[in-house]
Amino acid sequence: MSEVLNFRFLVDGEDFTSAGQASVKVKKNLRQLGISPETIRRVSIAMYEGEINMVIHARGGVADVNVAEDYVEIVLADKGPGIKDINQAMQEGFSTAPDSVRSLGFGAGMGLPNMKRYTDYMDIQSTVGEGTTITMRVNIE
Amino acid sequence: MKIVTIKQLLDAEVVCNEELLDKHVYSACGSDMMSDVLAYVKDQAVLLTGLVNSQVIRTAEMMDMVCIVLVRSKLPTPEMIDLARESGIVLMTTSKRMYEACGLLYSSGLVGNKVKK
Repeated sequence: MSEVLNFRFLVDGEDFTSAGQASVKVKKNLRQLGISPETIRRVSIAMYEGEINMVIHARGGVADVNVAEDYVEIVLADKGPGIKDINQAMQEGFSTAPDSVRSLGFGAGMGLPNMKRYTDYMDIQSTVGEGTTITMRVNIE
Repeated sequence: MKIVTIKQLLDAEVVCNEELLDKHVYSACGSDMMSDVLAYVKDQAVLLTGLVNSQVIRTAEMMDMVCIVLVRSKLPTPEMIDLARESGIVLMTTSKRMYEACGLLYSSGLVGNKVKK
């Protein structure tokens, strides 16, 4: 597998119930490619948290998953409100999610820290009022 | 511990995938916050929760969990049942409360998750 394989998903920002569908598909696709279960789990958890974040904060966005020979890259781009203070957002327990989201089991301020925890590389580019792009990579061992 | 033992210990009712009761679980996690569940990694675990929505099933699926127990007699939505069936996750419901359900499993030898640093 020398070429990079791309999967692109539009994340629907209207419906919290369907959030996570793209991650489920990615998981299935990676399984078919014969990638190890541990790597798949790390990719799908990071992507799932990212997808949930896009639905909660940014009314959806675009998720690209690029599978290269030695890593899986996830690029999540949205045109949401942006992140004011990235360092603060990276702290466990810090959340700006509304209470309505908390009653659904999310918004505990664990999303971004979890994404960092499960990936080998993570970069956040965000401009307030314009949107956020998060790039994550998980190495294939 | 086999999933069937969990069913017996919690006096639980199986909602779907009853044919998978012979599968083994090696750890458990009890939480209503799915992000907390996602912060832990362990193979073949059971999730105990009082939360009822489709994200419960998706979270378990992402974590490769094999069994979900809804506590306090919570009933799953039809969508949850479909998703669980598709993902091969045993879904059951118990009248026990979270604290008691976790305590029963823990004292029977099913220990908790280890935090991945």
